Amino acid sequence: MNKTWLIIKREYWTRVKKKTFLITTLLLPILVAGLIALVSYLAVKSEQKQLIVIQDESGFFINKIDSTDEFYKTIYSQPKANESKKDFLERKHADIFLHILPFKNNHPDSVIIYKEGGVSLSAKSFISNELDKIYQIKQMQDAGINKVQIDSINNSAMAIKSYDLENNKETSSEIAMAMGYSMGFLMYIIIFIYGAGVMRGVMEEKTNRIAEVIISSVKPFQLMMGKILGIGLVGLTQFIIWLSLMGFMFLVSQIVSPQMNAAMHSPIMQNSEMQQQALEQMNGEFNPMIQNLLHQNWGLIIGAFLFYFLGGYFIYAAMFAAVGSLVNEDPQEAQQLTLPVSLPIIFGIIILQATIKDPNSPLSIFGSLFPLTSPIVMLGRIPYGVPTWQLISSILLLIGGFILMTWISAKIYRTGILMYGKKPTLKEIIKWIRNS
Amino acid sequence: MLKLNHLVKTYATQKAVDDISFSVKKGCIFGLLGPNGAGKSSLLRMVTGITMPDSGEIIFNNEPFLLSKHSVQIGYMPEERGLYKKMKISEQAMYLAQLKGLSRSEAQTKINYWFKRLDMQNWENKKVEDLSKGMSQKLQFVLTVVHDPKLLILDEPFSGLDPLNSEIIKNEIFELAKNGSTIIFSTHRMEQVEEICEEIILINKGKSILQGDVKSIKEQFKLNHFKLVINNELIGFEHHIISKKGNEYILHFNNQDDANAVLNYCIQQQIKISCFQELLPSLNEIFINQVEGSAARQFTNN
Repeated sequence: MNKTWLIIKREYWTRVKKKTFLITTLLLPILVAGLIALVSYLAVKSEQKQLIVIQDESGFFINKIDSTDEFYKTIYSQPKANESKKDFLERKHADIFLHILPFKNNHPDSVIIYKEGGVSLSAKSFISNELDKIYQIKQMQDAGINKVQIDSINNSAMAIKSYDLENNKETSSEIAMAMGYSMGFLMYIIIFIYGAGVMRGVMEEKTNRIAEVIISSVKPFQLMMGKILGIGLVGLTQFIIWLSLMGFMFLVSQIVSPQMNAAMHSPIMQNSEMQQQALEQMNGEFNPMIQNLLHQNWGLIIGAFLFYFLGGYFIYAAMFAAVGSLVNEDPQEAQQLTLPVSLPIIFGIIILQATIKDPNSPLSIFGSLFPLTSPIVMLGRIPYGVPTWQLISSILLLIGGFILMTWISAKIYRTGILMYGKKPTLKEIIKWIRNS
Repeated sequence: MLKLNHLVKTYATQKAVDDISFSVKKGCIFGLLGPNGAGKSSLLRMVTGITMPDSGEIIFNNEPFLLSKHSVQIGYMPEERGLYKKMKISEQAMYLAQLKGLSRSEAQTKINYWFKRLDMQNWENKKVEDLSKGMSQKLQFVLTVVHDPKLLILDEPFSGLDPLNSEIIKNEIFELAKNGSTIIFSTHRMEQVEEICEEIILINKGKSILQGDVKSIKEQFKLNHFKLVINNELIGFEHHIISKKGNEYILHFNNQDDANAVLNYCIQQQIKISCFQELLPSLNEIFINQVEGSAARQFTNN
């Protein structure tokens, strides 16, 4: 045990002391934050309203199309004689040209949309929704329904709330989906980064031939476990740093935001009532979301995340260690041998996609129980709520799978690490597992 | 000190070690010889506890060998040297010494002693990747002996060393043996064996083909050849002459009387004898003879 501890310490410190560790640990959050900022900036930028110029030959839709839409503005005009559609659009500084042909027999005939580079799906659906709505009202009026009745029909959208039967708390499928997806995906990345780290470490020891020196002092199993645990601790350290960075940023924002509020209420700002209203509206929209986030069972989520992080990491790290021990100096060989280990991870992420849509389908349940996919899939299910028996069996299966996988990997590892030259065949590897 | 009884180790297709037994006395420098692929490394891996023999037993200090118990007393320098390239040399030395069971302070004392002794003090903050091949070889030797092993196993310790450093390491090996360490020395470089080893075992294709102390092996394989250098023709002993180069004769005698007869003749004829010497075969000759005898050629063809 003492020697395993020495190995853990070495694996941990040589990695943590490296400059690359510091750089990736600090740079990655900045990179991710920057990426999010960039994406939202681009999203905001593309939210500039598009101008639709409408030539309505039927005369029926004029001034009826919604002009308060977030994304589309409308004007009504018509091209000059001999003016091409392109020139017309340019003259009007418009993006889309909507041409409504005259009615035939009191029925709409054709509607044509022109746009440079083709029409986007959202523009098409906006236009078709608007036109349908307006025409429906006309049809209802024709059928003898009066204006008041029509308005009440149109405003009858129902507010739906969802509750979890178990604890009678309000749930939000959107938030569950976002959380499930991000946690599952995080697991996927963790397994790949740190699992591959274990593999590279084993390969380094094998190709440097230091494995032989060390194995004359410690058991191969100790060397393997020391490496897995040491690198696992590196991962945990990185996480703790990230979490504390996030906590720190949260604190900073808490301190800064009251000041911002105060600034908003300063006399200059108070003049603009519009701004006030917008602010209130925003609060109204965000509060339920924050409420819902706070309602999540954070104890369960954090506990589950830690457990599946460790379980998932260990089960895959053992497999990656075995793979590393089989590789000779050829990096291509490593790629080939990694494939069987990567496949279940990729399956996990595929099942996760399905799970997010339907967390209780048989595929999702299987995926969250099977130890090679459960670290990814179960984390996707947890925000939706998981029956206790499934959670417990998943945990037990993962522990069992981890023990079995480590046992098998240790057998491959201890022979593989000392074999040089020819790549062993599958048959030989199976023999190593059986024979020792 | 170390006793091997009927060790057998089989890998997938071939017997790497096939029923080998030998014993090594305390303080002895023992040579393990054999051509490439003879099974030397497989044998050493069992003695160091890296692999387990399929059958047979290893007795270490009158006890059955146990890695967990005896690894502390063994220093092993494998043929394929290995060190962490990116680790600082001082940290690396500390790590390996601690893995051998030394405490931090013990390890530090020993490392300082050896670094000073082999003139490596200014290396401590370097990384292995900054060292030349010979330097890292020297470092590896230090890391092998740093915990005062009772049994030192060196697989080709001189490969890659220049004559100067070879000499230094050789003297250290003698010194260690004098202080009671037992040394197993594996090589296929015969001139080194003759110089260093007291006893040898020669293996080929996993089997022991020759073992004993160096002197008696040479006696055993001597061809009774003698070298004689005189200043005149040697007449009347033609049936003894094997070759003649100027006045230098290689002679073969079946017994000592024949030799004395030649010398008597020279003295009576007042021929001046400048050299008369029994020619013992070099280990190299014995080695090639024996290995060829057991058809080692097949190895090179494979």
